Amino acid sequence: MTAYIARRLLLLIPTALGIVVLTFGLLLLIPGDPAAVLLGENSTPESIARLRQSLGLDDPWYIRLWDYFRALLTGDMGTSIFQGQPVTEIVFGRLGATFELAIVSLILSVIIGMTLGVLAAMKQGSLIDSAAMLFAQLGISMPIYWLGLLLMLAFAVILGWLPAIGRGEPLPEAIAAALSGRPQVLMDSLSHLVLPALALAANTAAIISRLVRTSMLEVLREDFVRTAYAKGLRRPRVVIRHALRNALLPVISVIGLRFGALLGGAVLVESIFAWPGLGQLTITAISQRDLPLIQGIILTFAIIYALVNLVVDLLYAAVDPRVRLG
Amino acid sequence: MQRLTRASGWGEAMRVPAILRNSSLVLGAVITLFIVFCALFAPYIATYGVNEMDMRNRFAGPSLQHWLGTDNFGRDLWSRLVFGARVSLSVGLISVGGAALIGTTVGLVAGYLRGWVDLLLMRITDIFLGFPAIVLALALIAVLGPGIFNISLALIAVFWTEYARVVRSTTLVLREQNYVQAAQALGASPLRIIFREILPNALGPIIVLASLGLGTAIIAESALSFLGFGLPPPTPTWGWTLAYGTRFIRDEPWLSIISGATIMITVLGFNLFGDGLRDILDPRQLTRSAGKK
Repeated sequence: MTAYIARRLLLLIPTALGIVVLTFGLLLLIPGDPAAVLLGENSTPESIARLRQSLGLDDPWYIRLWDYFRALLTGDMGTSIFQGQPVTEIVFGRLGATFELAIVSLILSVIIGMTLGVLAAMKQGSLIDSAAMLFAQLGISMPIYWLGLLLMLAFAVILGWLPAIGRGEPLPEAIAAALSGRPQVLMDSLSHLVLPALALAANTAAIISRLVRTSMLEVLREDFVRTAYAKGLRRPRVVIRHALRNALLPVISVIGLRFGALLGGAVLVESIFAWPGLGQLTITAISQRDLPLIQGIILTFAIIYALVNLVVDLLYAAVDPRVRLG
Repeated sequence: MQRLTRASGWGEAMRVPAILRNSSLVLGAVITLFIVFCALFAPYIATYGVNEMDMRNRFAGPSLQHWLGTDNFGRDLWSRLVFGARVSLSVGLISVGGAALIGTTVGLVAGYLRGWVDLLLMRITDIFLGFPAIVLALALIAVLGPGIFNISLALIAVFWTEYARVVRSTTLVLREQNYVQAAQALGASPLRIIFREILPNALGPIIVLASLGLGTAIIAESALSFLGFGLPPPTPTWGWTLAYGTRFIRDEPWLSIISGATIMITVLGFNLFGDGLRDILDPRQLTRSAGKK
């Protein structure tokens, strides 16, 4: 296992370096003078010169890349052109909200996806199976921003059960408040979270339900399941203790892959529900063409994605020895 | 010999009864053909001009005169969606075509040559895979600017990796087949082996990926338009029509609901078609990769 971890960590280094180079390379793609393009029509020669100096555009690209690397090693992702604050500070200020949304969505999608997948596999060919797979097909085909709007229209605008936009107290603080006798803070926080988290979870839940169904159907045909039945074990025990445990292995790897999609989806969901996270910041940064901020955001997304995949791979290897020995 | 077996497998899969028995494929094909028909013959199918205003009928609900209603300028929604199909399909086809071309070439070369070429190409693939797709696409559009070509380019940059990975793993299996080794023994060049021997046999997964990828590309294009980074108005993109409808969602929700449903049905069509194709071409692969989309 140690060798596997070392190998995975070593593989992460060139990927991380490549991600930094690609992020840096965005500046090189801008046609013409990047400083003039980034500042737009209202720029003056002085402001252009200032930005050129701040972005180091007068130096050759390899010097700038080296400086970018060195700055990143000290946690410096540059300064936002329009907010004038360090990018690291701005990004970290928004990270918690996006994490909260992505993690709650992931938990929801695993619960919904697994339940539907197991039910569909157990009742293969039945109405339940057809309904679950119809949900899955719709979940995969439905644009998440449209689902978000429909949820908002139904539960916030028409029924008025839930708030349409915004975020309550951060979840950890809300839980602490509930524990100290103020449950309404947690309820408020959850009521803001439900709709965006559901909108974000639907697509991943659909994919997980299809995967769990397929995986369960394969496992239920295995010899060890037949043996378990032959030993006289009851169906629920065989399904949960024997089949589901093995059927869950592919789901673990999909969770890692889907986390990136959830982070990407957060950009859309946050913009609909005015959720103050990294996704909403991305839209602002891109509207303003605030390149240092854009670079900082996509670098942060990529680093989180790489780390989540690393953890998932290690978890997978720990659960299934064939991975690390293969 | 192997290739003959493979070819007969294709023939078996492509028999008309096998196709008609697959309900996913048939339903997907019907939806897809309808959308393609709308896009091709938009000027004849649309009941009004794409930007034709009818101020007396602002926010008219669905009726015989305006099948899907009108927006705040009295523009006919059905006509705008029919013309919007052209944009969505164009961006979808260009980006999927480009992604398939680049990804397939990378996958074939990496899988056949292996060694350091494989290592290098797969690390580059991993780097691109390391970014959430929509974020990378948005960042590229931010620096390149909007436009049908730049949007397609941004989508190619995020979608080629899937083809590279799938084609590489297919190539790794195919390069060990007898007919490839026979071609090597006869002195065929790597280029000839890759494109004449391996590529024709790797086409099945590529076609399935492309069909599913069209749905993904259409969602991605509409998402970019929805966020305001797609083609500028008055181009009637589906995403922008949906986003525009949100301004009136409280009182006139059908504008957004119908636009969103159009996107969903189109993507559903491509997904069902892709699923059906995968079923027919390789039923075992279908069950394995159901969750990796």
